Amino acid sequence: MLRVEDAQVPVDFSPELISKFDDIVSRYPKGKQKSGLLPILHLVQAEFGWTSVPAMDKVAAYLEILPIEVYEVASFYSMYFLRPQGKYVLEVCRTSGCCLVGAEKIMDHIEAKLGVKEGEVTADGLFSWRGVECLAACGFGPVLQIGPEYTFYENLTNDSVDKLIGDLRSGAKN
Amino acid sequence: MGRKLLLEHINVPGINTFDVYRSKGGYASVEKAIKTMSPDDVVEEVKKSGLRGRGGAGFPTGMKWSFLAKPEGVARYLVCNADESEPGTFKDRYLMTYIPHLLIEGMIVSSFALGANTSFIYVRGEMMPQIRILERAIAEAKAKGFLGKNILGSGYDLELYVQPGGGAYICGEETALLESLEGKRGNPRIKPPFPAIAGLYGCPTVVNNVESIAAVVPIINDGGDEYAKLGIGRSTGTKLISAGGNLKKPGVYEIDLGLPVEEFIYSDEYCGGIANGKRLKAVVAGGSSVPILPTNLILKTINNEPRLMSYESLADGGFVSGTMMGSGGFIAYDEDACIVRNTWNFARFYHHESCGQCSPCREGTGWMEKVLHRLEYGHGKSSDMDLLIDVSKKIEGNTICPLGDAAAWPVASAIRHFRDEFEWHVTNASEAVSRNYGLAHYADPLPKLESVAG
Repeated sequence: MLRVEDAQVPVDFSPELISKFDDIVSRYPKGKQKSGLLPILHLVQAEFGWTSVPAMDKVAAYLEILPIEVYEVASFYSMYFLRPQGKYVLEVCRTSGCCLVGAEKIMDHIEAKLGVKEGEVTADGLFSWRGVECLAACGFGPVLQIGPEYTFYENLTNDSVDKLIGDLRSGAKN
Repeated sequence: MGRKLLLEHINVPGINTFDVYRSKGGYASVEKAIKTMSPDDVVEEVKKSGLRGRGGAGFPTGMKWSFLAKPEGVARYLVCNADESEPGTFKDRYLMTYIPHLLIEGMIVSSFALGANTSFIYVRGEMMPQIRILERAIAEAKAKGFLGKNILGSGYDLELYVQPGGGAYICGEETALLESLEGKRGNPRIKPPFPAIAGLYGCPTVVNNVESIAAVVPIINDGGDEYAKLGIGRSTGTKLISAGGNLKKPGVYEIDLGLPVEEFIYSDEYCGGIANGKRLKAVVAGGSSVPILPTNLILKTINNEPRLMSYESLADGGFVSGTMMGSGGFIAYDEDACIVRNTWNFARFYHHESCGQCSPCREGTGWMEKVLHRLEYGHGKSSDMDLLIDVSKKIEGNTICPLGDAAAWPVASAIRHFRDEFEWHVTNASEAVSRNYGLAHYADPLPKLESVAG
């Protein structure tokens, strides 16, 4: 859901980010720059952690399309966050193949370990988590991914999850 | 042991780099096609090979290519569908990760055959690491003169780009994929017109799965007739199978089509049997969309013949006792798996992934999820199974794209083959939330046909 209050936070795109946009748009025929919308939203999310309304408005202006054309896309695709998340979003596959090898227990463990429910952010702002649909790694389950690089962690156990969370936490302090 | 056409060199160190890939005979098909063949010759070889689309539908690739409209002065596009999202399927991720140049090579030959000067590989957004791998491979190939202007001095130009998706299963449907590539929501288009006439930007377009494109490489290297010698009947060549679930050795296997299912599951060369000494209860043979079968029907057809890993044999018996090859996403369920819970899991998936365009799918998938949830959690009614069948029938065939069918079939087939497990969830509700139904009779030998016919 889009929220009006988010519209108050101003967003600035750096020249480096804009030049990445330019590179993407150069791939498409003239007048078809809207094709760059999904890749550009990924870049925006990698930069700011989520796709806020002001950021989406700026993308619309850049691509010379209407803001609604950006909102409807960002709200359709599951990868774009329409509200702030933790610095690390643990996305655990929750579909059949992974559940056969314990994905549901892994999610219970993450919930207990982080002390927040699915979709919520930890008090230190470092973590949020959610179940996502099949990540195409059914032979190596349970799996989770962490954006914006979408690094993959396979064959999860409670211990490997603890270690991962610990490493991320100590890495964030440095 | 079958011949490996796609994965032969997968374990060669550095095969993800251009130089090593090239030293193993890589890009030979590009040289052969561009220097010695016409685009139509390439299409002809693919037709002769009998290659069928590896994404799930199984439509003959050569025929799809021959439908491409070629009006003068209008751009044509080849788009590779790397949106691999069908639960159970992970072969394309594997191929792109470990041997990306095979896909690039196939894209160049296929684009040449179709007369495309700009081609896209649409990769699901979650596969950012694979996107970076492909972009690196493209840059290498371009630096060596296999992409870009005047490829190998032939006068043929090709630019190849990787496009990320946004995390939507529906974008594996080819017209939804094209919408997404145009920067829109992934709502499937009404067909006709088919993409071969009006696809990307309204131009003639072919959309092919990663594995189909990769298979073009051995087809051009060895000839379509050679490729067609492998496999069985109209299921020619080799197929990548993604094996997951409760198997001893899950992973991606390249098999000759026609391999017996029993050998695939239990042979040490393939999956090595069921993990943890358990017994097999059920199999989803081709990705979550295809009918689930109990052990006795996946190992044998209703005529008591061994079931084979081929398009025809898996479909033997139709939806009454058969299933489909689909994308080759093979999920094995052991005796501890709960079919009701799994069916609810699938229904939740389809509800989540429905694009919402057609009411039967948008509403029906949600109803099925709710009913299955209450069955699984001990609040089911004895009329729920018939209700689910009723809803599934009202979705099936009544939607723009096949997602509706894909959502209906797993539910209908689970109830068809595992009805007593569903009923047990209603009659023994409190027990059902604390323990599973178990293997029951699902692996028992099939009754002799004579006694049924008699």
